Amino acid sequence: MAEKKEEFIKVKANWNIPFTHSAGKCASHFFQEMREKKRILGIRCPKCQRVMLPPRSFCERCFVATTDWVPVKDEGVVESVSINYMEYTGMPKPPYAIAFIRLDGSDSNLMHFVGGVDLSDWKKAKDLVKIGTRVKAVWKEEREGRMTDIMYFKPVSAK
Amino acid sequence: MRRVAIIGVGQTKFRTRRDDATHEELTFEGVSRTLEDAGLSISQIDSFIYGTMDPFDGVNSPDKWCVGGAGAVGKPFIKISTGGTTGLTAGIAAYHQVASGAFDISMAVCTQRVGVGDDAQSILNTCVCPIYERDAGAGAISIGAHQASRHMFKYGSTDYQRALISVDAHKNALNNPNAHIQVDVNPEDVLNSRMIEWPLRLLECCPRSDGACAVIFASEEAAKKLCPHPAWVWGEASILDSYWWGERPDLADWDVLSLAGRRLFKMAGISNPLKEIDVAELYAPFTSQILLELEALGFCGHGEAGPLIEKGVFKMDGEMAVTPSGGVLCTNPIGATGLVRLTEAVLQVTGKAGQHQVPGAEVALAHAWGGTMQLHALMIVGKHKR
Repeated sequence: MAEKKEEFIKVKANWNIPFTHSAGKCASHFFQEMREKKRILGIRCPKCQRVMLPPRSFCERCFVATTDWVPVKDEGVVESVSINYMEYTGMPKPPYAIAFIRLDGSDSNLMHFVGGVDLSDWKKAKDLVKIGTRVKAVWKEEREGRMTDIMYFKPVSAK
Repeated sequence: MRRVAIIGVGQTKFRTRRDDATHEELTFEGVSRTLEDAGLSISQIDSFIYGTMDPFDGVNSPDKWCVGGAGAVGKPFIKISTGGTTGLTAGIAAYHQVASGAFDISMAVCTQRVGVGDDAQSILNTCVCPIYERDAGAGAISIGAHQASRHMFKYGSTDYQRALISVDAHKNALNNPNAHIQVDVNPEDVLNSRMIEWPLRLLECCPRSDGACAVIFASEEAAKKLCPHPAWVWGEASILDSYWWGERPDLADWDVLSLAGRRLFKMAGISNPLKEIDVAELYAPFTSQILLELEALGFCGHGEAGPLIEKGVFKMDGEMAVTPSGGVLCTNPIGATGLVRLTEAVLQVTGKAGQHQVPGAEVALAHAWGGTMQLHALMIVGKHKR
């Protein structure tokens, strides 16, 4: 007689809890400028002088407050990149390319999408969103004051 | 600081789901194995350090659930939760408790059930800042993928070299009965496996694992009475980097790991890591990270790891064995994984690693990273006192 497979009872559970995060003073100003003027602002550390993007109200390296807003261009260079082909719960629909972008006038890298090119086949896509590629922000028409007001950064050479 | 010995280690078998046990039962299993290895009873443990990463198990602070399974009721108890480093940070904390003289025998215990949730990447994405960065859809795989693409760009490392890393890890795991993924692969299998996040393919990414692990630390005095052949802690180091990925000077180089490595080697009296260390249990859920870690820790120069892997320098029978257990690529119970690295390092220097024993291993390094490529924890153990 075949041995009966042991049964383990399963108990289902689900977390779906809404949160409301405040962006605080510094990021709120940054988002307002994006929403109203399609303008990207970095912030300068008064001590080490570097321009941080995304902007924060203090420099963690020097441990001093930052106050000096500096406009940076919405154009820059891809410093590193990956292209995701998997779909995860609650996350963007693949494929999408995640890049760290050094915008002109900034001293740190911004995490955002590179898009506006066909990413469906990685063998071709990897040559379209390479490290060193120059990219420019593609803004939404209807902006809400969020990072996604920029849909993605598009390679400037792409049609 | 007092000299500290490790007098017992134990781990459960790791699987995608351990439906035969609850969280606290899994903890009981891991702790029981460790007590059996040490020949101790639970009443001999003076204090507990418990490591787990909260959200994966679908229970907030599962450590509360597990105290009974850990045997910790009525004892001093501290919970550690530092991302991927959790397990090894728990080990360092237990080491500190004994080294400082606060306790004579302390146990680090870690349990994690990554398989309970449907989607680990979605949980990992909640680690990312909700204001600026979460919308960009990054998970832990993104970290390994960016390090890979940047390392290829800067140093010319190749898909093939990373495929060899995967092949070596999978072959080693076949000799480790506790390893989760047990499958023999060749470089073509790796290169032809599904693209997950370019440039990383499926066989370059770790699984989600359920399991538990525990390690007992003892003062020299206590170890003398309880354990004829312990492992001795030669040194430890931990370090923290900025939360912000964009603040890293270059994702091809793990600068904070280099700093932590220098502190570690100074404490342990190591001047030539490749010559003096026999086994390195590195924390690499993604193939690319072996490259960065070998280079950051000074086992070779920047950009040299790939060619050395092609030469077989880091195979089981090479100059220094890297992850003889099969490593994190084949087994990843996230909050326990760092302690598994230490357990495996101890098994090697005490000659108890069985089929995956590196012959004559006397000095072994354990490593873990966590957070947004942010934290590192390191420990060196030796067969002899230092």
